[in-house]
Parts: sequence; structure tokens; C-alpha cells
Amino acid sequence: MAGETHSTTEGMHEVIDVPAAEHGAGFPPFDATTFASQLLWLAITFAVFYWIMKNVAMPRLAGILEDRKDRIAGDFSEANRLKEETDAAIAAYEQALAEARNKAHGIASDTRAKLKADNEARREKAEAGLADKLKAAEAHISGIKTEALSQIEEIAGDTTSALVEKLMGKAPTKTDLSKALKSVMN
Amino acid sequence: MANDPIHQFQIQKIFPIEVGGVDFSFTNSSLFMVLTVAATCAFLIFSTSGRGLVPSRLQSVSEMAYEFVAGTLRSAAGTEGMRFFPLVFSLFMFVLVANLFGMFPYFFTITSHIIVTFALAMLVIVTVIVYGFMRNGMKFLKLFVPSGVPVALLPLVTLIEVISFLSRPISLSVRLFANMLAGHITLKVFSGFIVSLSALGAVGIFGSILPLGMTVALTALEFLVAFLQAYVFTVLTCMYLNDAIHPSH
Repeated sequence: MAGETHSTTEGMHEVIDVPAAEHGAGFPPFDATTFASQLLWLAITFAVFYWIMKNVAMPRLAGILEDRKDRIAGDFSEANRLKEETDAAIAAYEQALAEARNKAHGIASDTRAKLKADNEARREKAEAGLADKLKAAEAHISGIKTEALSQIEEIAGDTTSALVEKLMGKAPTKTDLSKALKSVMN
Repeated sequence: MANDPIHQFQIQKIFPIEVGGVDFSFTNSSLFMVLTVAATCAFLIFSTSGRGLVPSRLQSVSEMAYEFVAGTLRSAAGTEGMRFFPLVFSLFMFVLVANLFGMFPYFFTITSHIIVTFALAMLVIVTVIVYGFMRNGMKFLKLFVPSGVPVALLPLVTLIEVISFLSRPISLSVRLFANMLAGHITLKVFSGFIVSLSALGAVGIFGSILPLGMTVALTALEFLVAFLQAYVFTVLTCMYLNDAIHPSH
């Protein structure tokens, strides 16, 4: 296929009608007669190309890339700023939380201390009341006891004198009785 | 002859111009220089006309080319080398598009002519020499006197350095020219085989499958070469420019 295309090319430039002298001038790249024209047109086209690249295409590309770089850098710093804000908010929240926790602790321990003190006071008061009552009861008991004891002697004396009278027909004297009772009871 | 593989390099006049006995005609070569420049400028300007923050496909192609050349130049010649960016970018785009244009059937390959590649190479070398002396003065000649070489060897090494410097424009231009020329000749020869073989009847048509496959493979290879030679030309340009900026080895 490529061969066919080139045969068509051959036909085309026969139509263009190139002078035979130039056509057969050996290997075309080494044909010095074409050098001047190639150099001139290369110089013209490349100079134009360079000018357009330098003054139009490249500044535009540089601008686009610069804009993108700036935009990305801007977005990055914005993201950083937001992150810092978030960090600060988190820190503030943590601090508030810690403060609240401390406060709660304080309230709890205050209340505990107050309750403890109240209880203590009430207990002491109750204990004091109990001790008083105890003392009163003891005094009462000991009163009753002494009374009972004093009556024991009398009852014992009465009983003894009654017994002796029954046994011996004669009541002992009070002195003998109390002497005898004393020796027994002590 | 239709199968003449050299015919595609023939220069034909379109508008004959002659000044003082010298032929400056507008030829098919000139036409393709104009087309190369026009197509490249049109593409770069059209594709970036949106100035999109998020690039379109075409815009990203332009951006890739721009950043590719920028990266190549910066890595070879440093930040100071970026003053030559317009030159290097123009050279790369011009050679690349000229090479790729040559891949179209019927199209003329302007880089297959030694005078064109030599002119481009001389542009680079003259830039290197002029800027080298402008920036470094006589210290630019240190380029030819590597430091740390024994005094006895110095004249020999300097001679070799001078010869290698002088051969740069030749190697730079011949590399590009020879690659494009040889590639196009090979393509033409193999595709010529298809035509010749298929004229031999059934066996010939069957046999022409082989050169057809070769032509397809070579076409792919030639696209690679078209890009690669533009890149090589650019990389070497960057390295030579680096010599102008930092002449001491």
C-alpha cells in the first residue's frame, strides 16, 4: 500500500513539473543547491516559532501552572488554618470538660464533707443523749439497788427474828440479830 | 521509479524565488516548516485558551510537554539554565512535531535533511559559545582543561576536549538526520517489498505478509524514534547549555 502511495506521489510531482536537472542531483539531503533555501526558511519559521513560544504560548502555560500552584497552596493554607481552628476548639472543649469535671469533684467532695460533718454532729448529739439517759438509768438502778439492799437487811432481820421466835419461843434482841446478820451477810 | 526509497527526500519548488543567483525558493521543505510551526502554535494556543484550573485533555498535553521540557532542562542545567527555556522548548517542540509530521504518508520530513538539523545544532552550539564567554569570560576556556589531570597529560586531554567540543554540532545534527533518514528509507523499502511480492501471484501475496508485518512494526518503532530523537536532541542541548553556565568540570 505504501508503495502505491509513493507511486502516486511520483505522479504528483511530475505534474508539478520539476526541472530535470534538479530532480536527478544525487542524494537529496546532500544537494547543496537546496541549502540556501532550507536555511532561509528554517531561519524564518524557527524565528517566528521562537517568538510565538516565548511571548504567547509559554507565558500562557506558565500562567496556568502558576495559578494552579497558587490555588493549591492557598487551599492548603486554608485547610491548615481550619485545622488549627479545629485543634483550638478541641483544646477549648477539653479544657472546659476538665474544668467541669474538677468543679463536679469539688461539689461532690464538699457535699460529702458536709454530710459527714452533719452525721458526725447528729451522732455525737445522739450519743450524748444516750449517755445521759444511761447515766440516769444507772443512777435510778443503783438507787433501787441500795433501797432494795437496805430493805434486804430489814427483811432478813424480820424473817430471822420470826424464825428464831418460832424455834426458840423468844425473839432475839435487836443487837444480837444485827450482829448475826452482819456476820452472815459480809 | 515508484519504489525509489530516496524519492521522498526530494525537494521540490513550490514558489521559485531567486535572489542574486542564489535559490531561496519556497519548497515542500519550507511548506512543512511553516505547517510544523503553524500546527504547533495552533495546538499550544488553542489547547490552553480555556486556561482551565482543571485542565482539559488537550490542555494537559500542552502542560505535560511544557513541564517535561522544564524538568529536563532544570535537572541538566539547574535553575540558571531556565533562562534558555524558551529556546529549548522551541527546539523540542519544533523537532518533535517535524519528526511526527514526517510519519504521515506524502508528508515531507524536514529533519531528514542534514542542513536543517545542522542549522539547529549550530544554533545550540553558537548559543553555548556566546553565552559561555559572556557569562564566564576567559574562564569559559576551562571547559577544555579539566581539573585534576596530571600536567603531562594536560595537552593531550585538552586536545581531546577541544575535538569533542567541535564534534558536538556534527554528532548532534547527524544523529537526528541519520535516524530520520534511515527510518524512512527502511519503511519505504519494506513497504516496497509488499508491492513487488504481491505482483508475483498467490505465493507472492502470501509472502508479502512478512514485509507487511515488518512495515507495521517499523511504523510503531518510527513513532518511538520520532519522539526519542527529539528528546535526545533536547537533553544534549540542555547538557551543552550546562557547560556554558558551569564550564569547570
